Amino acid sequence: MKIKDIAALLSAQILTPEISVETEVHTACGSDMMSDVLAYVKDQAVLITGLNNPQVIRTADMMDMVCVVYVRGKKPDRLSLELAVKSNICVLCTDMPMFSCCGILYDNGLRGA
Amino acid sequence: MMDAIKFVYTVPGDDFSAAGQASADLKSKLKTMGVDPKSLRNIAISLYEGEINLAIHAGGGQITVLVYPDKVQMFLDDEGPGIADIPLAMTEGYSGASDAVRSLGFGAGMGLPNMKKYTDEFDIQSTVGQGTHIKMAVYLKD
Repeated sequence: MKIKDIAALLSAQILTPEISVETEVHTACGSDMMSDVLAYVKDQAVLITGLNNPQVIRTADMMDMVCVVYVRGKKPDRLSLELAVKSNICVLCTDMPMFSCCGILYDNGLRGA
Repeated sequence: MMDAIKFVYTVPGDDFSAAGQASADLKSKLKTMGVDPKSLRNIAISLYEGEINLAIHAGGGQITVLVYPDKVQMFLDDEGPGIADIPLAMTEGYSGASDAVRSLGFGAGMGLPNMKKYTDEFDIQSTVGQGTHIKMAVYLKD
């Protein structure tokens, strides 16, 4: 699916209009622990998280991810959004909780490792 | 051995939001230099973990990177509290991090193990009260 499909499925707001939502993605992971993302994630394109600090975007950048979805209504700060744009990472935010987001995306074809 | 291209970064110990700047900058530079994607990611992840450690455990430190045609060496030096039991610190899941650090998404006890996992050479020397010195290298693919 494309990033714009994720936004539609999760009723998510797109916070980085500068970044294309036409990018095709096939894999995702959900975690609030960046240490675990760095340790266990392999070739995932989308990070779903409820953690809100600039290290979320740094972590996604190091892992070559292309999209970060903030759940539970979390809104990243200005620094996070600036880093995301600089790293060509699309940022979405949704009011849905993590479990629901993962379930919906899995049900529509996204997979984990 | 051929002359290396050298990059030096100072990591502040009092600004968590700035941690990762050195890793991001190095990743960008190495990408421009044509380093292969897998090696690039391994370098970025291992250095990023080290940079986070410098910021949250050591009160800051210095990163020196030497880029050779066949490998990238990374040296992380700090004058922080040091590590009393290195084998314990290298154990996956063991962490001396505070709840405050965990609330920032780190401190799962994966930092040092990750650095070893993603590099081809890893050495750590530490003296309590004096600091920690880590040397890592990632071999570059043709």
